[in-house]
Amino acid sequence: MRELLLCPPNYYGIEYEINPWMSRARGAEAALAQKQWEQLHATLLKLDCKVHLIAPQPGLPDMVFTANAGLTVGRTFIPSNFRHKERAGEQPFFADWMEKRSYKVSWLPENLYFEGEGDALFGGDVLFCGYKFRSDIQSHRAVADMLGCLVISVELVDPRFYHLDTCFCPLPDGGAFWFPLAFDEYGQRAIREHVPDLIDVLPDEAMHFSCNAVVIERDIVLPEGAPQLVTKLQDRRYRCHELPMSEFIKAGGACKCLTMFMPQRELV
Amino acid sequence: MFSETIELRGHIIDSLILPKVLDQILTHGANFKITEINIGQKRADQSFARIEVSAETGEALDELILRLRQQGAEVVERANAQVARAPVDGVFPRDFYVTTNQQTFVRLEGKEIEVRPAMINSAIALDRKRGTARAVKFFDVNKGDEIVIGHQGVRVVPVQRATTYTDLFQFINTTVDADEPKSAIIRGIGDELRRARGAKGKIAIVAGPAIVRTGAGQHLVRLIEAGYVDRLFAGNLFAAYDVERALFGTSLGTNPDLAVARGGHENHLRAINTIREAGGISQAVHQKILTGGILHACVRHDVDIVLTGGIRDEGPIPGVTTDVIEAQKVMRTKLADVTHVILLATVQHSLAVASMLAPDVKTVCVDIDPPAVERAIEHQPLQSIGLVTDVEPFLRELAGCLTESRVRD
Repeated sequence: MRELLLCPPNYYGIEYEINPWMSRARGAEAALAQKQWEQLHATLLKLDCKVHLIAPQPGLPDMVFTANAGLTVGRTFIPSNFRHKERAGEQPFFADWMEKRSYKVSWLPENLYFEGEGDALFGGDVLFCGYKFRSDIQSHRAVADMLGCLVISVELVDPRFYHLDTCFCPLPDGGAFWFPLAFDEYGQRAIREHVPDLIDVLPDEAMHFSCNAVVIERDIVLPEGAPQLVTKLQDRRYRCHELPMSEFIKAGGACKCLTMFMPQRELV
Repeated sequence: MFSETIELRGHIIDSLILPKVLDQILTHGANFKITEINIGQKRADQSFARIEVSAETGEALDELILRLRQQGAEVVERANAQVARAPVDGVFPRDFYVTTNQQTFVRLEGKEIEVRPAMINSAIALDRKRGTARAVKFFDVNKGDEIVIGHQGVRVVPVQRATTYTDLFQFINTTVDADEPKSAIIRGIGDELRRARGAKGKIAIVAGPAIVRTGAGQHLVRLIEAGYVDRLFAGNLFAAYDVERALFGTSLGTNPDLAVARGGHENHLRAINTIREAGGISQAVHQKILTGGILHACVRHDVDIVLTGGIRDEGPIPGVTTDVIEAQKVMRTKLADVTHVILLATVQHSLAVASMLAPDVKTVCVDIDPPAVERAIEHQPLQSIGLVTDVEPFLRELAGCLTESRVRD
């Protein structure tokens, strides 16, 4: 059974703009956001996941995006060092919560930006890490030192896809689906080199945050709006659960951003 | 060239970070040298590379380094140069760094500063207020000046071989012996001088008395008239020979056109006396006393004449700088903007000039004595050609190809 961490969207809202999706003028509809989050929660429970909830905090609207809390491998939790001061306040709440549940908290040096599972996803035994907009490449080396695994650092070049989990989603059979134009040429080559079966997501579907999916074995929970991707995944015998995510996409997040694996991977 | 050393660590091979960094260096017009590389053996092993990055300007390097930092490059901190103060006027602190004539940088408060001028056998004086580093001779140093000591924080950049074009000097880059053909090389030198003149380069001739004695003066005059000489460096003796030849047809009593000349040795002294009486070379030309010869051509065509003296000089001819320290200063000043130097049949003067040249000055040395040629060009690697030959046929051929091509133009 997979254990997941979610945070109810009680204080969620667009209160600042730290990526191209966010617009305070447009805002997010609270009731609808609550409903969409509950649908996600229910879907994950239905998939036999153990879902933990962390208490939301006033003034930290993006705490709902728990994927950015850190990276959990085995019983070790590596807390994020957020690039934006608007989110930095989330860090102590997540670290405390994990520590109280007996996870060993391994801190990165303060000067290295790292945004957790948002920029660090395992594909097989390789940890793919995105850098430039949020995480620093220097943090990848520190994570590699801590975990002792192969880390493939890939540069993100499209500010709309500012975290790795917005444009890349590894699958349990060794493949992945991704939006290649979100990476520079070297990043694309490095991913092609290490991932045998890649499903390219079309630009229109990528804009629906369809790469921002939670994969639980053969089940994939992803935002609605990517019929072609869903067909390709179904061809590979994955079950797709398409959810409305409009209110979270307004903040540049969707299913995966709202979920952190505990752990993402057992010991490497 | 400005340079920094960077280090890359991590899974830089699998992530293609190393090739990306090297590509970025090249696409920014900079260069790299991998000074150390250690590639991980097992899958999870990290790799390491130390890379020296160099760019034409400090600004270009800073911009590039900023980009490379985004790729995880860490800049290796270099030590600053160590300094000590000059104890008294004209004395360097012990262990002062002795310069070469190659491009040199000193690191001061984390920044590299180029030492100017590039001057051999000097010390380096720092001016922190202005952020400059100056190559200084003994007579330039004052008590309390900050002088670089030891080798720490000093970086020397030798002249690089051109990779984008064929440069005659780098291609030959050796001495052409007496028994080797020279015509093609002399024509090549002619082409280079033509290019230099077109590119507003400055050509200096360092002239020895043999030019006059062998009767090659007329060819040098043709070069001066054709505009291929900007500055003439010579000694008192050369000037005296040239004037004697113009006034009496002899040089130190010998006439290249006659087996037995009249007047003999005394013509030499009478010539000097005549110029002294006129007040100087230029005055003698304007008073129409001096109506021919190399110096006459120089005055007529506004060629800067730099004359310096020696112990055995007679006279001296007015305008000759006889104080050796003063002469060094004058010569250095007059060589500062020179791009091409032709050293003709003079050992001492050639060696003096050669010791004052920046490393990128194209240098030709012509002398009948092979060791004299070798010594004169040994400090100009990749920038010099030596020709072991009598100066007369050299100048005849050079003037011929440059003035004939003028007709063709």
